[in-house]
Amino acid sequence: MSWLTDFPQMDENHLRDLRKTIDEAFRSFTRSYGDTFEAMFEPLRIFMVQAERFMTQTPWLITLAIILAVAWLGSRSVKAVLATAATMLLIGYLGMWDDTMKTLAMIFVCTVICIVIGIPLGIAMARWNRMQAVINPVLDVMQTMPSFVYLIPVVMLLGIGKVPGLIAVVIYAMPPVIRLTNLGIRLVDKEMLEAADAFGSSDWQKLKNVQLPLALPTIMAGINQTIMMALAMVVIASMIGVQGLGQPVLRAISNQYFTLGMFNGFAIVGIAIIFDRVSQAFGKRLQKHSEVSHG
Amino acid sequence: MADQIGIEIRNLYKIFGPRAAELMEKVRAGATKTELNEQHHHVLGLNNINMSMAAGQIHVIMGLSGSGKSTLIRHINRLIDPTAGEVMVGGENVVGMSKEALREFRRHQTAMVFQKFALLPNRTVLENTYYGLEIQGVPHAKRVDAAMRWIERVGLKGFEKKYPNQLSGGMQQRVGLARALSNDAPILLMDEAYSALDPLIRVDMQTVLLDLQKEIRKTVVFITHDLDEALRLGDSIAILRDGEIIQQGTSQDIVLRPADAYIENFVREVNRGRVIRADAAMAALNGAEPPAGRVSGSNTLDDAGRIMVQNGMTRLAVIDDHSGQPVGVLTMEAIMAAITRHNAAA
Repeated sequence: MSWLTDFPQMDENHLRDLRKTIDEAFRSFTRSYGDTFEAMFEPLRIFMVQAERFMTQTPWLITLAIILAVAWLGSRSVKAVLATAATMLLIGYLGMWDDTMKTLAMIFVCTVICIVIGIPLGIAMARWNRMQAVINPVLDVMQTMPSFVYLIPVVMLLGIGKVPGLIAVVIYAMPPVIRLTNLGIRLVDKEMLEAADAFGSSDWQKLKNVQLPLALPTIMAGINQTIMMALAMVVIASMIGVQGLGQPVLRAISNQYFTLGMFNGFAIVGIAIIFDRVSQAFGKRLQKHSEVSHG
Repeated sequence: MADQIGIEIRNLYKIFGPRAAELMEKVRAGATKTELNEQHHHVLGLNNINMSMAAGQIHVIMGLSGSGKSTLIRHINRLIDPTAGEVMVGGENVVGMSKEALREFRRHQTAMVFQKFALLPNRTVLENTYYGLEIQGVPHAKRVDAAMRWIERVGLKGFEKKYPNQLSGGMQQRVGLARALSNDAPILLMDEAYSALDPLIRVDMQTVLLDLQKEIRKTVVFITHDLDEALRLGDSIAILRDGEIIQQGTSQDIVLRPADAYIENFVREVNRGRVIRADAAMAALNGAEPPAGRVSGSNTLDDAGRIMVQNGMTRLAVIDDHSGQPVGVLTMEAIMAAITRHNAAA
C-alpha cells in the first residue's frame, strides 16, 4: 500500500528518459536553427546597438536637453522638468551616466517593440473573441512564468547578449499593453459604435475615429505599466549580457558592495519615477476634454 | 437638397435568439410573444409590421419601453437585421443590400440622432458635427462650411470649439441634430432623441425640429414614449405595443378615435384642447351664412376658444387652409363637447 503514503509518481528511469529526449530534441533544434534565429533577430540587434550608441556617444549636455525636452512635452510642468533635471544630474555626478544611458536605450527599444507588437495584438483580441481566448492564456504564462525559465531556451537559441536579454524583457513587459488595449476597446460605449455604424463608417474608420481615441487613456495606462515592468527586468536582463544599470547591481550582489548596489538601485527608481510621472501627465493631458464637466 | 424619399415597411418580423429563423414558421402560424418566450425562450421583437411613411413628413412611432420601437427604427438603416420582411427606401430593399451598398446607403440616405447623444467626447462641437461628412470623405474646408451652417442653425454659434462635456444635455442634443442634418440625407432617424432632456428643453427642441422641418422637408422617423410629444410632432403616428402596431393615423385619429382601451388609456391624459383641430370639431355649413369670426381649420380648439373670448363671440367660421373658403361652423358648445367628450362618456 505504498501508493497511500508516497505519491504514485512516474518511474525514475522513464522520467529521466523523458527529460533527456526533450532536451535532446531542443538541443538539436537549436543546433540546426540557431543561426536562422540569430539572423532573424539581427534587425533588432542593430536597432538596439544604434539606440545605445546614440544615447552614450551624444554629448551629455545634448542628451540631457533631449530628456528634459521630452519631459516638458509630456508633462507641460516646470516642476516635473526640474525634478527630472535634478535626478539626471545627480545620477551623472555619482558616476552612473553611461550605464543609465544604456538602460534608457534598452527601455526605449523595448517600449517601441511592445507598442508595435502589443497594440495590434490588443486590437485583434478586442475584435475577435477567439483571438482573445487564444492569447489570454499565453499572456498569463508570460506574466507568471519565472523569467529565468524562459531565459534558458532563449539563451540556448541565441546565446548571451543584448538580443536575448531584450527578448526576455519584452516577454515580461508586453502583456499589460496588450491586455489594456483589448480592455480599452471593449469598454467603448456600444452607443458610440452604433452611431459610427449609423453614419456608415467602415471598420477602419470605426477603429480610427471611435475605438482607439476612446480607448487611448486605457492604452496609455498599459504603456505606462509596460515601461515600469521593463525597468523591473533591468537586473535580470543584465545577467545575460544587457548592459546598463543592472550590471553594477549584479556585481554588488556577488561582492556585497552595499553602496554600489544602492546607488544603481536608486538610479533605476529615479528614472522609473520620471517615466511614470511624465507618461501619466501626458495621458491626463490627452483627457483634458473630459475634465471640465457640465453640472 | 437631397431628393425626398419615403419608407415602406412590409411584413417585418424580428425574433431575438439563436433559432430565430426556425421559429419564424410558428410566428407566421400565429404564435404569440408570450408563447414564444415561455416555450422557446426567444423574444418576439417585431410582429408583422406594415407601415408606409410618406416622403417629407414626420412619422412618430410611439410605444412604452419594450414595445419594440427602438428595434423598429434600427431596421430602417439595418443596424438590426430583420428575421423576415422588407424595408423599402426609395424603391430599394435595405434588407437585401450588400455590406458596401449598406454603408453607402447609411452615408448618403440616412442620418440618425440618438437618445444619449452619442457624441465623441474627444472631439469639439465642430468636429462632432462634421463627423458624418468626414466618413463620406468630404474635403475638410467643405465639411467645416456645412457644419458651421448647421451649428448656427440649431443655435450653437460660438460653441463650436467646446467639447460635449462642457455643454448641457439640450445643447448636446442640438449638436446631435446638427451632426445628422449636416449629412443632408433625405431620411432623418430620431431614436428617443428628446427623452433624456428636461421637459422644458424638450418642448424647446420640438419647436426647433418643427421649425427646421418647414424648410428641410425630410422624411423624419421619430421614436418616443411620450404621447404629447407624438401628437405635437407627428404628421402620422403609429402606436406600438408588444412588437405590434395597434393603431396608425393622424393625431386627430388617435385622440378622437382610439383603436382600443390601451390607447384610450393614454389619450385620457392628453390636453385635448391643444390637439384637436377646429375642422375636426366643427359642424358642416350646409349652405348657412358663416359667422363673422374666423378660425383656420388647422388651428386647435385652444386657439379657437381664445379667439372667441377675445372677441366676445360664441360662433366662428372655420376656414379651409388651402381654399381660404369657410367650410364649417365651430360653436363654443362644440368646443366644450370635444374637449370634455371623454369625461362625458365616462
